[in-house]
Amino acid sequence: MTTSRTDRTMTYFVLAVFSVFSLVPLLGVLSSAFGKSGQGAGGGVAWPSDGLHWSNFAKAWTQGHFSTYLGNSAVVAVTVVVVAAVLATMAAYAFGVMRFPGSTALFYLFVLGLTLPAESFVIPLYFDLRALNLTDSLWGMILPQTAQSLAFGVFWMRTYFRNSVGSVIEAARIDGVRSWGILWRVLVPMGRPAITTMLVVTFMWTWNEFLLALVMISDDAHRTVPLGLAFFQGAHSSDNALLSAACVLIALPVVIVYVILQRSFIAGMLSGAVKE
Amino acid sequence: MSAGTTTGGDRSRRGRLAERYRRRAPGEPRAVGYLYILPALIVYAVVLLFPFGQSVWLSFLHWDGLTRASYAGFSNYTQLFTDPDLRGAFWHAIVLLIFYSVIPVCIGLLLAAAMSRIRVRGMTFFRAVLFLPQVVAMVVSGVAWRAILAPDGLLNSVLRGIGLGSLARTWLGSYTFALPSVGTIGAWVGMGLCMVLFLAGAQRIPKELYEAARIDGAGAIREFFAVTLPGLRLEISVALTLTMISGLKNFDVVYVTTSGGPGTATTVPAYELYQRAFQTNQVGSAGAIGVALTVLIFLVTLLIGRLVEGKGEGKRA
Repeated sequence: MTTSRTDRTMTYFVLAVFSVFSLVPLLGVLSSAFGKSGQGAGGGVAWPSDGLHWSNFAKAWTQGHFSTYLGNSAVVAVTVVVVAAVLATMAAYAFGVMRFPGSTALFYLFVLGLTLPAESFVIPLYFDLRALNLTDSLWGMILPQTAQSLAFGVFWMRTYFRNSVGSVIEAARIDGVRSWGILWRVLVPMGRPAITTMLVVTFMWTWNEFLLALVMISDDAHRTVPLGLAFFQGAHSSDNALLSAACVLIALPVVIVYVILQRSFIAGMLSGAVKE
Repeated sequence: MSAGTTTGGDRSRRGRLAERYRRRAPGEPRAVGYLYILPALIVYAVVLLFPFGQSVWLSFLHWDGLTRASYAGFSNYTQLFTDPDLRGAFWHAIVLLIFYSVIPVCIGLLLAAAMSRIRVRGMTFFRAVLFLPQVVAMVVSGVAWRAILAPDGLLNSVLRGIGLGSLARTWLGSYTFALPSVGTIGAWVGMGLCMVLFLAGAQRIPKELYEAARIDGAGAIREFFAVTLPGLRLEISVALTLTMISGLKNFDVVYVTTSGGPGTATTVPAYELYQRAFQTNQVGSAGAIGVALTVLIFLVTLLIGRLVEGKGEGKRA
């Protein structure tokens, strides 16, 4: 190959520049989180002078009510991820390995959900749920996000079922396993990688969702973390250290999962564009 | 997409078709498929499709959210073109698309071009780092960038430090620079997605094509347009679709960094929608924004899909 030294240097240089660009804002938050509380009054970066101030996290946790917010986010995320995964897997199984009239049309109906932004249904949904007394409850967040996750889950899992080996299904069938058993005892255990991707991506989307939370929740007790942060920012904008500590608390769960399961994350998020 | 699975066959003969359904299905009467779909369909239809239909209905009404609504005809839609606030919001969204979509794609291509010439070590690391902004909550990104763009934030400190203090300004508070500043945040988010897509794509382009191009005496630029760009056709369309959709429905960043300000310098459709529906009681108008946004997203998806149709088919299922 005729790869010159300049090519090599240039490539690494460009990569390094953009890596730094992508890290700096996040490292800024991380460093501010350990800074002295009350510093960075103008909203700038607070540097951790004279030692790391771990107390910011404790303060955000208690004074900032982030223990409540994190609890709410956890309940919402776990419910959405589990319910959506089970329902999407079942539907995708039918779309993937069964033939019945209207299956294509129904499948595209689900895929349509991938291009429907929250903006397209959030207003009537708010009035509907308010009439049912479900706003200002975690249901107001769980229901719409389950539906949104279903759109992705059905699309994603159908691809898996379509590509799963027909001979495996055939063999299980000959052994007398019925379709329900084939799904849960054969295909689901085999499809761990595909399912992992679905789980982590829907978890992240649910954890990070802001607009739905802002619309559906108005009382402090039901706020999820992104919403909590927005209100916290309004109340403590002068205290960047505390605000940054809250940011770290929010980002950490997703970033940890991301670091461990990077491949699944990227695969799932890049599949979002539906190719017709 | 699904056409490949039913190969050939005489479509007019229903009996044989039904027979094949039965043979291909894993030992179940095929009607059981509906039962598997039913729970998902109910949730999806009740919580998402039905309210979407209601949105369309709302967009034809004058409604303040409390009293009786009255029929509005198309006035909420004509308002999208006549109301300067709404026109501004959609115009800002279009400007932001350059930052959210075009710039990240260009950066991604630049990198892919450089990458096509060598094998990079530490790919996993670079990919993880570049993709990170996609993973962090937009609200957190907004707070992070506020700290950088603040009057005594990192950007201004650096500018002062290198003797360019005259360039320092309140980035998010300036009528001229607030929108590009918000856009920069979007570019920062979208950049990693494009790069990762293109890096994966560039690695798949056969090295022989580059060899051939070089034997033909093509320089780096010719090579880029002749080999890299066509090879990444599909990836570019995916990147454009994903970043444009996220750019069009962008709300979190604006809400956290500028709240649409200063004045209305950084309002976007989603922000106008939220304001009108839940702050200023113009629910019908907000509904029209939501429907227009959805149509726009749909058109963008369709159009980009059209553009790449024909070439690069079958590369991805």
